[in-house]
Amino acid sequence: MAQTKVIVGLGSCGIAAGAGKVYEELQRIKVADNLDFELKKTSCIGMCFKEPLVEIIDETGSYLYGEVDSKKADEIIEKHIVNFTPVKEYIVKSDTTETKFDHYFEGQVKIALRNCGYIDPENIDEYEARGGYQAIKKIANERIGVQEVIKSILDSGLRGRGGGGFPTGLKWKFANNNRSKEKYIICNADEGDPGAFMDRSVLEGDPHSVLEGMIIGAYAIGASDGVIYCRAEYPLAIKRLNIAIAQARDKGYLGKDILGIEGFDFDLYIKEGAGAFVCGEETALIASVEGERGMPRKRPPFPAVSGLWRKPTNINNVETYANIPWIISNGAKEYAKYGTEKSKGTKVFALTGKIKNGGLVEVPMGITIKDIIYKLGGGIIDDKKFKAVQLGGPSGGCIPEYLSHTIVDYDSVNATGAIMGSGGMVVMDETTCMVDIARFFLEFTCKESCGKCTFCRVGTKRMLEILTRITEGDGREGDIEKLEELAYQIKDGSLCGLGQTAPNPVLTTIKYFRDEYEAHIRDKKCPALNCKKLLTYEIIEDKCTGCMVCKRGCPTKAISGEKKMPHFIDQELCIKCGDCYSKCKFDSIKIF
Amino acid sequence: MRVTRINKKDSAPKAESKVDLKLIEPLIKKYKNKKGNLIPLLQGTQNLFGYIPPEAMLLLSRETGLKISDMYGVATFYAQFRLNPVGKHIVKICHGTACHVQNAKAVTEDLQNFLEVKDGGTTPDNIFTLETVACLGCCSLAPVMMIGEETYGKLNGKKAVEVIKEIKRKETLNQKKSLTENISKN
Repeated sequence: MAQTKVIVGLGSCGIAAGAGKVYEELQRIKVADNLDFELKKTSCIGMCFKEPLVEIIDETGSYLYGEVDSKKADEIIEKHIVNFTPVKEYIVKSDTTETKFDHYFEGQVKIALRNCGYIDPENIDEYEARGGYQAIKKIANERIGVQEVIKSILDSGLRGRGGGGFPTGLKWKFANNNRSKEKYIICNADEGDPGAFMDRSVLEGDPHSVLEGMIIGAYAIGASDGVIYCRAEYPLAIKRLNIAIAQARDKGYLGKDILGIEGFDFDLYIKEGAGAFVCGEETALIASVEGERGMPRKRPPFPAVSGLWRKPTNINNVETYANIPWIISNGAKEYAKYGTEKSKGTKVFALTGKIKNGGLVEVPMGITIKDIIYKLGGGIIDDKKFKAVQLGGPSGGCIPEYLSHTIVDYDSVNATGAIMGSGGMVVMDETTCMVDIARFFLEFTCKESCGKCTFCRVGTKRMLEILTRITEGDGREGDIEKLEELAYQIKDGSLCGLGQTAPNPVLTTIKYFRDEYEAHIRDKKCPALNCKKLLTYEIIEDKCTGCMVCKRGCPTKAISGEKKMPHFIDQELCIKCGDCYSKCKFDSIKIF
Repeated sequence: MRVTRINKKDSAPKAESKVDLKLIEPLIKKYKNKKGNLIPLLQGTQNLFGYIPPEAMLLLSRETGLKISDMYGVATFYAQFRLNPVGKHIVKICHGTACHVQNAKAVTEDLQNFLEVKDGGTTPDNIFTLETVACLGCCSLAPVMMIGEETYGKLNGKKAVEVIKEIKRKETLNQKKSLTENISKN
């Protein structure tokens, strides 16, 4: 009889939700009660909305328990392990029974995330047991040539998952074509988009898949050195990568004459980013690896010709590399079965915002946005009205509800004015103000602009000033047109992707939510009741009991009224701090 | 823009510096004469002292031949580097998109009011430094803040202030303890 396994999900988000304490508790119970089960660690399976997660695998099947705390852990062990009765009400996924969350996994195809949540990321044997390092072994054993590897990647139709969508095979071909003694391969793990965390999840959950992808890439382009440029904000990912690299060296997947392929020497190291969004751009990233300020360079020459230390360099992002071993093992055709004509395979999305089931999902290209939000994500929190979805972070845009039938592929998303980006999908409901969202992203890009190009440096600042004044009630006629004019100038006058795409959030919100801008500027109203300075607070006389709580708390003494008599807000004195609204127990303050 | 000018008043050393420059030596040994060593050197220095003291920059420049202007340029470019000492606990409040949509602003405002510091500021007792950051990658728990290695999710202003109060209470206890220990020793 196989030993029962108890596996705790210890990704960053799991730990933040308290999985570390659950693990300690399970360990304590195991020792204290002398129970016979194997306690193991894994990473994130993508069900972030149910963290912390604990999976029990016994001879009857697998049972994933959600929202486990120390108390529930006690109960689950007592009932499931000791008395052999699974605790049905906490199960969120199982191969023996149906649960109400099965829809979350239906429609998902896990290729990049194939091992996340299934293996211990700190154990190379578990990666190998699930077919890991078979792709590079296949290349070595079957003596697959460099050109054939590149052709496989070309045929698979894989495009850069970092957001650009450039065909990966083509990139490899260019880097391969350039003759040089020294060549470099870089993994871009500087996941800077606020609202995106799929690369972190892959690095934490399955670091070896990225290493194997890079090793295959190095073989294809002829690189001998690799760099993983990882955000310093991801300490757990860096720790697990370091462990993975050491294990890969021990097993001979890194080093000299790898797997007996003569002359194939390759090793890599991690370079910690120092916190600059612009370093996600490949030439800025190279500058940063070289120890300079992360400022983009002019292209051409492209990195494939002159990159790191002026040598031919290939850069792909984490998710792209994670796909590579699967493609080599299963064949390009198998990969190209998924997706649309021009966008093949799958894409991982970080589903966040006002969504019921937030987390990581991997879906085949061609699925509609609506299906992701309603079928997988379970709809909007509190069943409020779905307003828009933000794709592509600060470089992307907002797609309104009426375009939610848009399918997910590079070209269809681009046609809306947004971009696919790295895969952040932030869902917004009727309480989100679109002008404020545009301002939020502009504030981000303005701060993150490296300052090299005047239009990006000064232009984003001017746009931010205009947007700020609109949200504060000082918007003027002509502001929208001025924003548009500046937007196109910044797009045309910037060297790198940051500036070229920075105006996208503004342009898409103007395109789809112009009425909201106009309400702010002309009527001095925020339809989503979000922009504080544009709100009016009023006491509903019939509801007010005269309890005096609001009066006592008002910092400007704008509220007057006698005890047990309806109160009144003096609009001249009101600074719209919202204190009275949050304190009133009788819902007698209305905002409009 | 990434580079923010630093006021003379702010950059002037606030306290008598107690930096033990000897600690840097192994770092210099490790990275001297290596390509692209500037950022790892600065990162290592900051790991030692919590910030990059001016005298450390001078020493690095003397020992490795890197230009001070380059170092200063890099240190002011990247968000990670600090040129001033920080508090014992760095409170990072996430202002990523998901947190923004879930009202991270209110959390920040409440914390700023409670600690009486602005973004990037340190409390006079040197216990807390408040920072807003772009994204901590725990979007499904938004709004989130991180203190040390610990992440706190699904916050509101009140909950966040409670967390700070709890840490402060422990700190005061520790202080009192060490004070009484010192007294009893003497």
